[in-house]
Amino acid sequence: MMQKDIKRLSLILLFAPFALWIFLLIVLPHLGMFYISVREKVGPRMYEFGLGNYINFFAEPIYWNTLIRTGSMSLLVTALALLLGFPIAYYIAKIAGNRTRGALFLMCLIPLWVSDLIRAFGWILLLRETGIISSSLQWAGVINTPIEFLYNDAAVIMGLVYTVILFMIVPLVSTLDGMDNSMIEAGYNLGGNGPTVLRRIIIPYAMPGIVSGCIVVFMLTAGSYLTPILLGGKNSSWFTEQIYDQFITRYNWESGAAFGFLLLAFTSLVVWGGLKLSGQTLNSTVAKS
Amino acid sequence: MAIKPNTAFLTSYRIYVAAFFVFLAAPLVAAGMFAFNDSLFPSLPWQGFTLDWFFNDTEPKLGMFHDRRLLRGLYYSFVIASFVSLLSVFVGTCNAFLFVRCRFPAKDFFYIMMVLPLVIPGVILGISILLLASNIANGAEEALSLDLDFLRPGLILVVLGQFSFITTITSLVIIARLKKFDESMEEAAFNLGASRVRVLRTITLPFLFPAMAAAGIVAFLVSFENFNTTLFLVGSEAPLTITMYDRMVKVGSTPVLNAVSFFLMVGSALLALISILVNRDKPQT
Amino acid sequence: MQSMTENDLATTDNDLECVQVRKHFGSVRAVDDVSFEIPKGSFFSILGPSGCGKTTLMRMIAGFESPTSGDIRIKGNSVIGTPPNKRNVKMVFQHLALFPMMNVYENIAYGLRCAGVSKEVIRTKVHDVLERISLPDVANREISQLSGGQKQRIAIARCMVLDPDVLLLDEPLGALDLKLREAMKIELKLLQHQFDTTFVYITHDQSEALVMSDNVAIMNQGKFVQIGTPQELYHNPSAAFVAGFVGDTNRWAGKVTRVENGAVEVATEAGLTMRGSVRGTGTPAVGDTVSAFVRPEFISAEKTGASDKPVDPAHNVINGKVDSILFNGANSRVLVRDGAGELIEADVVLTGSTQDLKPKDNVTLSWSPEQTMCFKA
Repeated sequence: MMQKDIKRLSLILLFAPFALWIFLLIVLPHLGMFYISVREKVGPRMYEFGLGNYINFFAEPIYWNTLIRTGSMSLLVTALALLLGFPIAYYIAKIAGNRTRGALFLMCLIPLWVSDLIRAFGWILLLRETGIISSSLQWAGVINTPIEFLYNDAAVIMGLVYTVILFMIVPLVSTLDGMDNSMIEAGYNLGGNGPTVLRRIIIPYAMPGIVSGCIVVFMLTAGSYLTPILLGGKNSSWFTEQIYDQFITRYNWESGAAFGFLLLAFTSLVVWGGLKLSGQTLNSTVAKS
Repeated sequence: MAIKPNTAFLTSYRIYVAAFFVFLAAPLVAAGMFAFNDSLFPSLPWQGFTLDWFFNDTEPKLGMFHDRRLLRGLYYSFVIASFVSLLSVFVGTCNAFLFVRCRFPAKDFFYIMMVLPLVIPGVILGISILLLASNIANGAEEALSLDLDFLRPGLILVVLGQFSFITTITSLVIIARLKKFDESMEEAAFNLGASRVRVLRTITLPFLFPAMAAAGIVAFLVSFENFNTTLFLVGSEAPLTITMYDRMVKVGSTPVLNAVSFFLMVGSALLALISILVNRDKPQT
Repeated sequence: MQSMTENDLATTDNDLECVQVRKHFGSVRAVDDVSFEIPKGSFFSILGPSGCGKTTLMRMIAGFESPTSGDIRIKGNSVIGTPPNKRNVKMVFQHLALFPMMNVYENIAYGLRCAGVSKEVIRTKVHDVLERISLPDVANREISQLSGGQKQRIAIARCMVLDPDVLLLDEPLGALDLKLREAMKIELKLLQHQFDTTFVYITHDQSEALVMSDNVAIMNQGKFVQIGTPQELYHNPSAAFVAGFVGDTNRWAGKVTRVENGAVEVATEAGLTMRGSVRGTGTPAVGDTVSAFVRPEFISAEKTGASDKPVDPAHNVINGKVDSILFNGANSRVLVRDGAGELIEADVVLTGSTQDLKPKDNVTLSWSPEQTMCFKA
């Protein structure tokens, strides 16, 4: 059959770029990274198989403390982004008028296209000792001496929330947008009040959007590098910094690869746990957006 | 309006929303405004308006359009972003046809594989590609004494590294559009006597074009602003974000960085707006 | 282009012939042994419930699917193996599939351009066809600026400009609202006369099929049950499915209690007794199960005792009580609950006078055995 041959040929032609991309740039590099992470340097150009790099990680509290700190702060950032972002998304999707809705959504998107670096730079200019906030407060007479708002955990968390909150709002807006207003009205009509309607109708409906937003936000936060370094300074102890350190400063690729793999495994584990807890799948959330 | 809560609640809700947008805008405004401050430092007090940080050609107030290294960074960013967007739109379009039109075993699994690069931390992507490329290059050099220069940190690796996750974004955008395509349109064209190639050229691709253009612009912007993945793969040809970071760490913040920020923000905002306009659905039926 | 070989000699007046066409998807027989021929210039409808295989049949004629076995001939030439873009069969799609990125002119010119016709010829042909569908001024409009009825006509013009041997229409009126649909029915019939081309029309809406067609094929579960003029199908259905599917009808299931040259007496499950005429294939014997159909317009309903005219003794007579009146102008109907508790529909004339039937009135229903169509189950 001619038709069948054409179909088969086009399938192969379409599959080839996909396979090359995923295999050469995603699967193979990660397999390679795993391979490097399980070999130990025993002499110049001499390696042997072993879990030494991973054992090192667990033997040195500063390493796994950093990972746990990164993970817990990322969870905190995710929770904050959800709490702060949900009302905004709800406002855009359900309360704003038709014309303001588009404008607000655009305003949400514009910072999305501005580099991390510029955003962090802006926060530095606002928060540092000689920054806008400090000098304004001085000028207003609230404080006498300049205050350093930078280089603490609060600044890092705020900067991270700022960086990632859009990735929470955008999927939430599109999920809530698809929700029929009459569903909410029916909820009230059947005797629900504000909190029950929110808890029983809106949140369950928005669950795929919430989970998808949380996954992306968590992964972005845990894998972020610039914001913690620039806003947290030298002591921000973010795990990606450790990885960079192992690779570039110490030139210890084996342990850097192990660290990279641990970060990947750790974040995947958290995401997997989150999906299990919320009863969603990767297909029903992230893949949909 | 879905719910009509009492006015006090609505007012405080509105204030919260307004405050949120102030929060969103604050660092961008801060980063942008000092580009026009006639001072050597990006901080208050305001010393008066100037365009020196864009156009002045002498130190100490060297404007961005006369700063060799920044301009070179801009040029490399442009080159990288162009290649990344072309490549990722091409593969994204293939992926769209693959996942919307074809049936093959384990499709769901491959779809998850396609989405995965978006959630892998950029740092890890950069490292893993760097490791693989370096190992292959080292191996080739030792075993075959071949010098595979393109596998060393440099433009090609940066393009590949960014391409590896940006393709997911372009694929998702184009898939969404192709899913909306009414396949009977292709059949109708076929029925009216068009060949397969002609149907693709005159019906399907014109329909997909807005999504392809929008995806291309998005890819261009994401590539332009990328830092995490690029950091590990960059060679001597540093794109703009890396150059800026270098400057920030080594020289400290100077208003010329504000000028670059302003330039980038305006440029990205315009491009983003265009991408939204071209991909907007025309009213049909 | 089709080769003009030995088939050319087999001159035929049929624009389209299907010979024992079958299409199986796995174990599902979507189209099962369908044969028919459509004479030149006629309006032919294929009517059936959704999922009966009519769309598959149409897609095979257009070339989007190939039959598992059997032959499809257009103007006497087999088109098996001819790809859809080389068949001179054009199709109007269910949702029309007009190209939104082109304007009206480009939509109509599309097929001509594919055929490599020169620009001047395209221009005259497009304007000519727009003239014929009486929309001469819309050439430069965008598709989104057209009304539903205009789109409909443009979709037909886009096909007709190519002078097809057969035009296929796949429920093109389905998306229109009721008023427009009624108007388009007449318009389609007129267009078909004007172009004098064979139209093959697929629908699940019996009134579309009955109003427009010269011939209608009733399709069910992949098979053609009956082909005939709308009148034949309505008055002489050859099978219980056709009697039940075409037009409104009262239906009873029952057992034969007496057989008498072409007539039977049937006892229904609910306990009524009626006489009927045997239709379709198979002569029922005493004890066989049959289905009996009576159309509402053949049942006369009178207030019990109101008329002094004696009821024809040969008629079936049932007494009952009016349950409700379904007023719909000239098509008004009454629902009568008979002694067995079943509802029977009968057409009535409601003039608005006090003589009209009212709910709870006692009525006498009567109809002739000839109008009681009995099919052996």
